[in-house]
Amino acid sequence: MSQKRLLAGLLPVLAALFVAGSAMAADLATLVANLAAGGYSERDAAITALASSGEARAVPVLQALSAGELYVRTADKTVVIAKGSGKQLALVDAVTGKDSGSATEDDLDRIKVNNRLRGTIDAAMSALTLMNPDPKVRRAAAESLFTRRDASALEALDKALAAEKDLGIRQAMTEARAALVLASDAPAAQKVQAVAAVRERGDRDALGVLQAAAASPDAEVRAAASAAAEAVRQRLGAWQAAQNVWYGISLGSVLLLAAIGLAITFGTMGVINMAHGEMVMLGAYTTFVVQQTLRSVAPQLNELSVIIALPLAFLVSGAVGVLIERSIIRFLYGRPLDTLLATWGLSLVLQQAVRSIFGPTNREVSSPSWMSGSFHVGQIEVTYGRLWIVVFALLVFVTLLLLLRKTPLGLYMRAVTQNRPMASAMGIRTPRVDALTFGLGSGIAGLAGVALSQIDNVSPNLGQGYIIDSFMVVVFGGVGNLFGTLLGATALGIVNKFLEPYAGAVLGKILVLVFIILFIQRRPRGMFAQKGRSVE
Amino acid sequence: MITRFLWTGMGRNLRLFVLLVLAVGIVVPLLNQLLPKGSAVYVPSYMLQLIGKYLCYASLALAVDLVWGFCGILSLGHAAFFALGGYCMGMYLMRQIGTRGVYGNPVLPDFMVFLNYKELPWFWHGFDHFWFAAAMIVIAPSLLALALGWFAFRSRVTGVYLSIITQAMTFALLLAFFRNDMGFGGNNGLTDFKDILGYSVQSDTTRAALCFASALALALFLVVSGAVVGSRFGKALTAVRDAESRMRFLGYRVEGYKLFVFVLSAAMAGIAGALYVPQVGIINPSEFAPGNSIEAVLWVAVGGRGTLIGPVIGAFLVNFAKTYLTGALPEVWLFALGALFIVVTLLLPKGIVGLWAQLRARDAAKKASAA
Repeated sequence: MSQKRLLAGLLPVLAALFVAGSAMAADLATLVANLAAGGYSERDAAITALASSGEARAVPVLQALSAGELYVRTADKTVVIAKGSGKQLALVDAVTGKDSGSATEDDLDRIKVNNRLRGTIDAAMSALTLMNPDPKVRRAAAESLFTRRDASALEALDKALAAEKDLGIRQAMTEARAALVLASDAPAAQKVQAVAAVRERGDRDALGVLQAAAASPDAEVRAAASAAAEAVRQRLGAWQAAQNVWYGISLGSVLLLAAIGLAITFGTMGVINMAHGEMVMLGAYTTFVVQQTLRSVAPQLNELSVIIALPLAFLVSGAVGVLIERSIIRFLYGRPLDTLLATWGLSLVLQQAVRSIFGPTNREVSSPSWMSGSFHVGQIEVTYGRLWIVVFALLVFVTLLLLLRKTPLGLYMRAVTQNRPMASAMGIRTPRVDALTFGLGSGIAGLAGVALSQIDNVSPNLGQGYIIDSFMVVVFGGVGNLFGTLLGATALGIVNKFLEPYAGAVLGKILVLVFIILFIQRRPRGMFAQKGRSVE
Repeated sequence: MITRFLWTGMGRNLRLFVLLVLAVGIVVPLLNQLLPKGSAVYVPSYMLQLIGKYLCYASLALAVDLVWGFCGILSLGHAAFFALGGYCMGMYLMRQIGTRGVYGNPVLPDFMVFLNYKELPWFWHGFDHFWFAAAMIVIAPSLLALALGWFAFRSRVTGVYLSIITQAMTFALLLAFFRNDMGFGGNNGLTDFKDILGYSVQSDTTRAALCFASALALALFLVVSGAVVGSRFGKALTAVRDAESRMRFLGYRVEGYKLFVFVLSAAMAGIAGALYVPQVGIINPSEFAPGNSIEAVLWVAVGGRGTLIGPVIGAFLVNFAKTYLTGALPEVWLFALGALFIVVTLLLPKGIVGLWAQLRARDAAKKASAA
């Protein structure tokens, strides 16, 4: 009764305020004005009424009410949202959302709420967002209901579900409804049905809901819920394994990138290049220099800096590689242990050179936007950066394979590797092929450096962290066999990632090292050993 | 009888060199202990410590040379044996601290109290006694070498592959000792030592004694290595280095030769490490770093591989340069070290001792042609 009377009293005022206001706006205005009227119980009814209108404006109004920011202006009895602190508060008209000047707190009357009202507001809010015209908001509302399991929202959810057209959101809402049913005091039969619906969902949140339901007093529900929880747990375990495989492939691709250059210099030439890691480092620093230069010269190309850095890094590392081969390594062919020592010394020199030029601290290399972010495949999270590195590693691998198998240079390389005197007798300039092969291996290390600059710290010690792993991959896979390197890198990456949850990252790595040490004892020439005369 | 055999087994140069090492080991500590601080030939304490350290490095270099120079096994993990010996000594020294640690716990060393250990891990028992620690200093590295060598040599892992395996081994140990759960002090290692055999490790007298002990150990290693290398066994060893397959075809059990010398060398490295730790006052996982092992190989290469005197000279020269350069021109040190690696392998494959021999041979040839 009092509501009607109040409405009658206020309507003329409101009509005067919104001369051009539509019937809808007027309706909203009434509902909003009702919030300010009467005691707590009337306000409760008003909140529900406002919420069931499904108006988009109702959301900020209710939020403000809940936060204690909804006021009535004493001068004209308008409901306003007041923001800010201090004496002067900025006002926004609650109904239209338009700026409404400012006022001090003395001119305003706060619309009071208590905890019971806040509860009503929360339920009303979820109902409102469930009816929101924006499908994204509706989906988010359903998801949040699922995790909050607020049984009082059940009615609103049912209503929303009846109105919902989008199949995906319907699905989310059905799942949320099941979770709510489980949290409510619905009859056991309904709950058992709900368990089935939640089980369908099968993610970590579902497991939480089911575990809560498994503590239900009803035996039937309890049994259904614990069985479902077990099923979900198993499914999650399978997803976890799949996620680990992906992480392993991702780590494997990094290992592959670092090792593939080595597979050429060590695998086909038999040169132990301890400075290989430093070639990787040079590639990473090339990326840094390219980015710095682009930033000052052509900032619009920044997104492409990584791609621009690729050929440059290949050239820089490759050129340094050719230089090393011509000045040091060619004098040491047939003395692998000496090569090892000389290139180790070289790696120290290169590290110190980079440290002197760029400083000992980490250098910032930014990632382009197309390499950041992530997406989900089922329950597996895939980051774009890692995905690109996997793709890139495979690209490099395939290119290298084609280069070795299909081009004249590749033919010469294989010829020189297999039988140097005969190749020389056939007119191949073996010294030149040696230099080019070494340059190629080093250049690929440079490419790896560009990729690693995206996921690792660019510092003078970058290369050292990869050199032992790279040798492990090459030796494990089988020297002189590119496919062995590919499989070796992937296998080691996956094994590493599967060991990590049980043994921890460091112990996992130690176990892998020990495993390789033992493996080499069993098969001293790796997984795919070269056979035939060229072996010894 | 045995001493006479050992003594006569050595060449004249080596005999003189052993006497020289012993003389250094006696004279340097005496100059520090007996002379007043102002004297012209007084050896300051830091110098005493430095020479003690170099003597340990020289022992490590000799150990590397024994396997590399005489048997062709390039071990890139000898610092691991050195560090293991060091850790055994460190554990003994930790047990000697007793209640004088920061936490004053009578049973647990400080880092264990800090890491919430409830009781002493089983592998720490026994290290209260010096004899036990001394035994472990030899046993721990030897066992590791035995296990690795037994597997590797039997399956004929040779050359670079062996080098890479040994490097992986020391890298794995580096990672393992960095872990706090291992019970070896993790990142910080073992330090804050107080006493060794009841004498304070900080005092000059103890340092002088340790310096002498290091010289004695080096001299002993030189004599033992000389005996091994000079014997029939040593001849076979060199033959294995130069033509392993042929030795095998001739009926020698090559694995046995390699394994013996590898284990002997590991034990020597372990003792060197044990003497090193009380002199520097700390042992931490960075001693396992692969770079350390390779540096030890460089000392051998600089001095002259395949000679017994060379590694000692190399260790002293390179480390003296390191001490000087890292102090005076820290930027230059890594350049110098790197360049040294390259120059020695390219131009001086036989090291300084080899160069000297070469020069003398040329002199002799000149004289002969002049006459």
